[in-house]
Amino acid sequence: MLTQARTTSLPFAASSGYFDQRSASAKTGLHLLMAAMSSMFFLFLLSYILRSQVSDWEALSEPWQPLAQTGQLWFNSALLVVASISLELARRSIRQPDHGHSRELLLLAGLSSFGFLVGQLVFWNFLTSRGFFAGSNPANAFFFLLTGLHALHLIGGLVAWIVATVRLSRQRRQPTEEGLALTKLSIELCTTYWHFLLVVWMFLFALLSSSPSTYAAIAKFCGLGD
Amino acid sequence: MAYADDVENEELHEPTGFIWKYVWSQDHKVIAIQYSTTAILVGLVALVLSGMMRMQIGFPGSIDMDATAYYQAMTMHGMIMVIYLLTAIFLGGFGNYLIPLMVGARDMVFPFVNMLSYWFYLVSVLVLLASFFVPGGPTGAGWTLYPPQAITAGTPGSEWGIILMLVSLIIFIIAATMGGLNYVTTVLQARTHGMTMFRMPLTVWGIFVATILALLAFPALFVSGVMMLLDQTIGTSFFMPDMMQFGSQLDYSGGSPILFQHLFWFFGHPEVYIVALPAFGLVSDLISIHARRSIFGYRMMVWAIVSIGVLSFVVWAHHMYVSGMNPYFGFFFATTTLVIAVPTALKVYNWLLTLWRGNIHLTVPMLFSLAFIVTFLVGGLTGLFLGNVVVDIPLSDTYFVVAHFHMVMGVAPILVVFGSIYHWYPKITGRMLHDGIGKLHFWITFLGTYLIYFPMHYLGFLGMPRRYYAYEDYPFIPESAQSLNAFITVVAIVVGISQLLFLFNLAYSYFKGAPSGGNPWRATSLEWLTPETPPKHGNWGSSLPVVHRWAYDYGVPGAELDYVPQTTSAEEVPVHESDHDE
Repeated sequence: MLTQARTTSLPFAASSGYFDQRSASAKTGLHLLMAAMSSMFFLFLLSYILRSQVSDWEALSEPWQPLAQTGQLWFNSALLVVASISLELARRSIRQPDHGHSRELLLLAGLSSFGFLVGQLVFWNFLTSRGFFAGSNPANAFFFLLTGLHALHLIGGLVAWIVATVRLSRQRRQPTEEGLALTKLSIELCTTYWHFLLVVWMFLFALLSSSPSTYAAIAKFCGLGD
Repeated sequence: MAYADDVENEELHEPTGFIWKYVWSQDHKVIAIQYSTTAILVGLVALVLSGMMRMQIGFPGSIDMDATAYYQAMTMHGMIMVIYLLTAIFLGGFGNYLIPLMVGARDMVFPFVNMLSYWFYLVSVLVLLASFFVPGGPTGAGWTLYPPQAITAGTPGSEWGIILMLVSLIIFIIAATMGGLNYVTTVLQARTHGMTMFRMPLTVWGIFVATILALLAFPALFVSGVMMLLDQTIGTSFFMPDMMQFGSQLDYSGGSPILFQHLFWFFGHPEVYIVALPAFGLVSDLISIHARRSIFGYRMMVWAIVSIGVLSFVVWAHHMYVSGMNPYFGFFFATTTLVIAVPTALKVYNWLLTLWRGNIHLTVPMLFSLAFIVTFLVGGLTGLFLGNVVVDIPLSDTYFVVAHFHMVMGVAPILVVFGSIYHWYPKITGRMLHDGIGKLHFWITFLGTYLIYFPMHYLGFLGMPRRYYAYEDYPFIPESAQSLNAFITVVAIVVGISQLLFLFNLAYSYFKGAPSGGNPWRATSLEWLTPETPPKHGNWGSSLPVVHRWAYDYGVPGAELDYVPQTTSAEEVPVHESDHDE
């Protein structure tokens, strides 16, 4: 019996609130966005490895090159780690009845992210002041391109961070159930996104500051080398 | 799956006023029509460009077109057709219109982002068209935009045209990503009660998987576009090798043009399936509905779509056999290319088995669907030739390739676009398209495209190279080839002009078409069961539909009608006694 074989009376999913639906959609959307971004960064990194095997490549990580001193970049990384941890703590404290220190943590996350961006700019400035322009060597071009794209994505995240901050302060002035759900969601999405950007940055940092022999090894592993 | 009851009680803020309703609209149906209209209009530009090229090839010198203009027309024709027409209309047009209606949602899950997606798309189209008006005109680098020639003097539009092309593509990718997030999330999160993944119509499956491909493959085009843009504007050498130009050394050094090809085709091959998978889905539904027969092997069809999607990421280098590669790579990519033919062939068999002993109604959508099967088959079979390295090398860059890809990813998907418009137009407008004009349009288009592309295979065997501005004075091309070229041109012009029939039909039927009612094709899927036709804002009136079955209960023995809508429960279906005895 065709008709009946194809028919079942499914129990309906337990009725959950509108915000559960909205929050599930937003999380799925963010995960998809992160998948697309991963694809982009992965392809950039693959291009980086392939291009690094051409003889004109002057790796920035050689002892006499600017990336031999990574102090500034380590400092920037620390700021991004602080941002990520504060968001994680904000995400946890917003669940507490009095919202704990969520406001302070959220502000700290924003400020340290902003600090990270400024720190990256300082390093860019350091590079250009020593004559390392994007056009002068492919290694420089990749450095500017990859750190720039990462920064752009963080700036996009800061827009979401502003939304979360506004929602939180509105919630503190006029608490509503709807406002709370939206604030929680905003902070949660920011947290996931920041963790993701931190991981991307760690990959970028590791790769950009690696030695040419590491590139050669990766290229050989991928079957790209000579 | 929790599409909450609260969603039903949510107040529907129906927009008022022309601007909010039809221009800055967040309604998926309006956005779908905006996407489709823009895509069709820009597609007409590409159609005119192809007509001009054909005039030059068939009757050299008959129109005022020099080699530069020819290459520009060729490039813009290809890029517009693949990206700005087909991708946009399948995902932005059909995806937007059909996904929420078919899964029983009130709208896409992120309506604002959806609106932005369209406006970004429109901007990308305008930037692209603006390149006709910049110094040097649009790029003439060929739609694949291979460096170094794309940004080297001597190639048309190597200064401004290519910049606008790359910027336009980058904007398009942002638009496609915003749209894509919506389509996938809506399918995953906003299905109505009872709509399991395996009850979704194949249309939704096709668009769903194609969108995932788009989300993962478009970044490759983005990456290559950004890097080429930097090579062109600030003088980096990502893709540009050491080279001389007009006797002087350029500033570039060490870049890898092959890297661009890998990135481009890592996007380019999935792109074929970004166009083909929605067509597969749509045509499955058209065939099932118009043959009054449940789709053969529904789950097999779904898994075929998924496996084609996965495999499409590991075949890209079959576009690069003549670029030079390790023979083992050639072997690998030839093998994966042949493997992808398996799920594809499986789909063709299932369409045929759906038709087998079906009650075939030769309606206009069905005619287009049948035409799709044979066209796709021909295009697919020539793909097996080209997928093999040793056969590809002599045929590479000949008209055989032109014939192959026009059949398989030009004509075949466009036939589905037409069939689907004839099929869903009644839902969109509440009126039927004129049947007689539709049939005339079909026969001219179907027979015409065969007369255009079938002979091109022979031209390819004769060794006629593609991408040439003129074919005179080549001793290896016989004169008869020129007669064939003239013939193809005449047919192409006829087919091109006959598309006005379709446009006329769209306009005429909008005002004068016969009223269609809510479900003129007696179809089971949810979009035909909306309380109003065309569906109003929010789609479903006061309560969401509840789904009890798959979308393919056609020709059901004993049912009151010969079909059972997805919203009908088992208890509501009157069944003959004899059926119980089975």
